[in-house]
Parts: sequence; C-alpha cells; structure tokens
Amino acid sequence: MAKTLAEKVWEAHVVRRAAGEPDLLYIDLHLVHEVTSPQAFDGLRATGRAVRRPELTLATEDHNVPTIDILKPIADPISKAQVDALRANCAEFGVPIYSLGNVEQGIVHVVGPQLGLTQPGMTVVCGDSHTSTHGAFGALAFGIGTSEVEHVLATQTLPLKPFKTMAINVDGELPVGVTAKDVTLAVIAKIGTGGGQGYVLEYKGSAIRALSMEGRMTVCNMSIEAGARAGMIAPDETTFEYLKGRDRAPAGAMWDEAVAYWATLPSDADAKYDAEVFIDASTLSPFVTWGTNPGQGLPLTANVPSPADAVDETDRVAIENALEYMGLTAGMPLRDIKVDTVFVGSCTNGRIEDLRAVAEVLKGRKVASGMRMLVVPGSVRVKHQAEAEGLDVIVKDSGAEWREAGCSMCLAMNPDKLAPGERSASTSNRNFEGRQGPGGRTHLVSPAVAAATAIKGHLAAPADL
Amino acid sequence: MEKFITHTGTAAPLRRSNVDTDQIIPAEYLKRITRHGFEDGLFGAWRKDSDFVLNQPAYQGVSILIAGPDFGTGSSREHAVWALQDFGFKVVLSSRFADIFRGNSGKGGLLTGLVDQADIELLWAAVEANPALEVTVDLDKREVRAGDLTATFEVDDYVRWRLMEGLDDIGITMKHGDVIAEFEVKRPAFMPTTA
Repeated sequence: MAKTLAEKVWEAHVVRRAAGEPDLLYIDLHLVHEVTSPQAFDGLRATGRAVRRPELTLATEDHNVPTIDILKPIADPISKAQVDALRANCAEFGVPIYSLGNVEQGIVHVVGPQLGLTQPGMTVVCGDSHTSTHGAFGALAFGIGTSEVEHVLATQTLPLKPFKTMAINVDGELPVGVTAKDVTLAVIAKIGTGGGQGYVLEYKGSAIRALSMEGRMTVCNMSIEAGARAGMIAPDETTFEYLKGRDRAPAGAMWDEAVAYWATLPSDADAKYDAEVFIDASTLSPFVTWGTNPGQGLPLTANVPSPADAVDETDRVAIENALEYMGLTAGMPLRDIKVDTVFVGSCTNGRIEDLRAVAEVLKGRKVASGMRMLVVPGSVRVKHQAEAEGLDVIVKDSGAEWREAGCSMCLAMNPDKLAPGERSASTSNRNFEGRQGPGGRTHLVSPAVAAATAIKGHLAAPADL
Repeated sequence: MEKFITHTGTAAPLRRSNVDTDQIIPAEYLKRITRHGFEDGLFGAWRKDSDFVLNQPAYQGVSILIAGPDFGTGSSREHAVWALQDFGFKVVLSSRFADIFRGNSGKGGLLTGLVDQADIELLWAAVEANPALEVTVDLDKREVRAGDLTATFEVDDYVRWRLMEGLDDIGITMKHGDVIAEFEVKRPAFMPTTA
C-alpha cells in the first residue's frame, strides 16, 4: 500500500503492536535540556531505573543560560540550580552533555542538525515542543512532556497512537524578499493554531523543495504553532548535501548505505493524506503577527483587524483580548506599529543563514535611536562561523548587540527579557502574552523584517529602506 | 497513580480560547527542579487581576475547569499539568486540546475530556448561574452531569483504561524489555550515536 513519509518512518520504528494499545515506537535520538528533565531524572532515581541508551541521548544547556558573561557563575540562583542539576544528572546517568563554554553548546534544535545527528528516517524526541524542527530532514521529530522524557530515558521507546497526516503543498516561486519564516506564518494563519492538532504535517511542493535546509528547519520548527506535534519534509539532494561530512553523519560505505535507505523515504506518489492544504507561493509576502497567538498574523501591508471582522463569538473575544493586550487600535496599518526592541535568534531563526540575512540589511546602516537590538546565535558553532564571516562587526557597527549562544529572549527564562509594555519584533516562534517577559508585547517576524524594523523603528521590510 | 473513576466537585468557567501553556504556567516558574508546588504560578499573569475567575469568591475550591477551545497550546512543559493539579484541578473540559498538553495530562492523571462546544456553552451558563453547582465527571460512562444537564465527553480508550486502573506507563513498557532488545539488534549500523 502506498505510504506517506511519516507512515514509513513510523512503521520502521514499531517495536510492539497490540490491538487496543498504542504502538510502542523506538526512539533513535533523545535530546535533553535543563528545564524539562530534572523531574524525569528524579523519577528514575525514585524507581531505581537506569538510562537505557545514554549513547542515543544528548544534553545541552540553552533555556536558562545568560548570553553575556557566560564563563562567570550564573547569577540567578534558581537558573543556576537547574543547570547544575542537569550537569549532575548527566554525570550520574552517563549522558553526554555540552555545557556552557563547550564549543558544541547551543540551542538543542540547532546543535542536533549541525552535528549531523539529525538524519532522515529517524525518530527524534526532546522535552521541547520545537523538536518539530528536526523534521526538516525527513525525521519524525516531536516534543514530549517530562513523563515521556522519563519514559524514553528508561526504555528508549514511547507508546504512541498513530498521527493523521496532512500535506501542506506550497507550490510556485516565492517573491523576492519572502522567506521561510513568512511561509510558516502564512501557513499558521491559514490553518489556525489548532488546525494541525492530531496531525503530522508534511510540507511539499516546489517552494519547499527550493528552500535550503535552514529554511526547511524554520518551517518545520513552527509546525507546533499550527497545533501539529511534528512537521516533515522529504529528504532529497539538498538534505544529503547538508549532511555529508558532518561530525555524526555516516561516512564511506555507511554513507552509501544510508543514502540508499533515505532515498526510499519520500511519500509514494499515490499516497493518501487525511487532509491537504494548498498555498500559492507567488501570493505570499512578508508576514507579521499582530496578536497574542502565532495564528494572528497578516501580510505586513495589511491593517490591524477589528473584532467586527471576527468569524464567530470566540474569535471576536480573542481579537478583543489580543488588541487590548497588544495596545493596538483596529484598522491601523501594521507598518505604523512602533517597536523598541528587536530580537534575532532562537531555534526558529538563529542559524547562520538567518544571521547573514540580518547582516545584509544592517550593513552600512544604524538601528533607530533608542532601539535595543539583540542578535543571538543559536549555537557556539554558528557564532564562530558568523564571526569568521565578519557578521558580528556589521551587527555591532549598526548599534545592535552581539551575544553568546542560547534561547535568550525567546522565552523569558534568562536575563534577556522585555519589560512590561515594551514591544518587540522577534524572529522567535511565540507571541503569547508575556512570552518574552511579563507585560511584553511580541510581533513575530522574519530575520530580514527584524533587521529592517530595527532601522526604521516601526514594522518594516527591507524594501521599505 | 491514583485511580480515576468518577469525580464530583465545583467548576470554574474559563471563557477564553487558545489558552497557551505560557499562560497556564509562565516560564519563570519552570526553573524549579521539583515536581510539586506550582499552584502559585497557575495562570500567573491573570491571577493578578481580581476579576479573574479563579480569584472570585464564588469559585474558590473548584476542581473542574471548563475551558474554551484550543486549551494547552504551545510549549510542551508538563509543569502546566502539575500547576493545574497542584491548584486542585482533577478535570479540564474543552472542545479542543493541544496534543502535547493532552498527552501530558493523561500521564499525570489529570483527566481532559473533549466536550462539544455547544455543551461547553451550556456548562458555562450553568456554573455561572450557580457557581456552587455540583458537577460530576464520570470516566466510566464518559459523562459530565451538572444539575439537569448531561453531556458526553471523548477520551482515548487506552488513556481511559490506564486512568481507571491508575497504571504507570513506564512500568507497562518495562515489561516488554525483551521485545525492545530484539528491535535494537536490527537497527541499521549507520544510525548515529552521541557518545
């Protein structure tokens, strides 16, 4: 029977199948960070269980860590305790860890792919909803809760009910200046924050094929914002090219064997999806969010919507609440929204191509007076590469800050935060109330829009400069 | 885990859609390394508003949350489940739940019942008219009963069985250690390791 990519990967990982029970699925790679793991390790200790496969497990420190003065002890004692707990747990259970100061440290979803650990056809989990990022390689990758982290640590498996499949077809050519981030924001606005619930999304079509691996990671990363636990893209030459020669990618005869297997993974031509969505790439333009969930987004050329535009009562209340929280007036042009902070980074847009896109816009220009702009590489490797290319100099010359690797201002767990009432344009993934700091207001944007906004002082695209 | 067969208590109406896990438990509280004591952070930002439903005298001591659609979106933080449980909630009812949140709830013993939005509206009206109304959530019959109102809810068969038996997932899987070992022998050699 014809199968989709997701079904093929699923079937290849079924350890045990029994009527009336979830499938028991094998997990090839388990990524761990400091926030969602301490209670899982406690659970192992309480039950006297070991980590079944420490060599399929990797920990890194990212959510809590500061992005300046990283070699000093972490100032916040509670953050420090959590990072210390991760280090102690990894030592006790034999789990490899990349700590602050290690050249391989960084955001967990940047680290896995850059090491070549994330490969087509694998199952990848992490106690973090943006694990969907790894689906860009044709892996089945999804976020899990702490109970599941403990389950994977103890058994290297997870009991799971099969997902439904949804094809997101993006065909045609993206107009100049339209990026992977704009694609994903447009997809979420179209299907809604709940549209992907219960599904694995498979992004297909010529516009997706034309994306680089980094662009594909941006798209898959935000699948969860459409409610889908996982997003996938079939592996192809772009994928193989990216992987070849990476530290943990297979080499020699193993490489050939792997590629031969990976080439069997794309969905069969006559495979059926439970749902399909079609988007014409040529109609897309730079996209920004105006509200308090990632589905509340519009093209930058649009105006802030009105509660009167709502499709139903629930939507009307949601728009009203969002306008109030965001301090916006219905009908005002999105371009007139002034921001005081710009954040570039995160597992969505903290990779080298993102930093290049930002530097290209910033080059020879200055950020607006009073603007705070943070540029935070997703990993130490990304930072080093950017510095080798001179991007850090461009960033600093423009008046922006060049930081160390970490999750930074994406989630208000470390010193990089918005103050109440501050408003950001952010390349991260969530514009929830208080996400970047209590009372802070977030507009999600692409790296290029972030940079243009920093220069203009209001939401803007590079074409506006 | 405690067995869940039926639960009777009072309920709070949360008339909001897209309640994300950052609202349920803000990131600041996630720095703790314990599994309990998250009740003070539940709906942290909204609790500062005296009008918020859980601050109203009439809704003290509630154990059932009747929420709008798309409850639990966003981050995978299981702390959201712990915070609801630590506060005293045994059940959340909504017409749509985010997948990860729902999965986490089932692991920890918090029942998430999927109820038609029309029934959610009726339940909201009923507990707003009478906050002291006793609401019974019957997992065996998959029913919510409140006064003369009866609504059905959906819950995954396996999760229902596990909750009713009070069984721990890991213990169940550990029984299949031999099958896991057999699978491991057949994994392709080209797959990566982290060591």
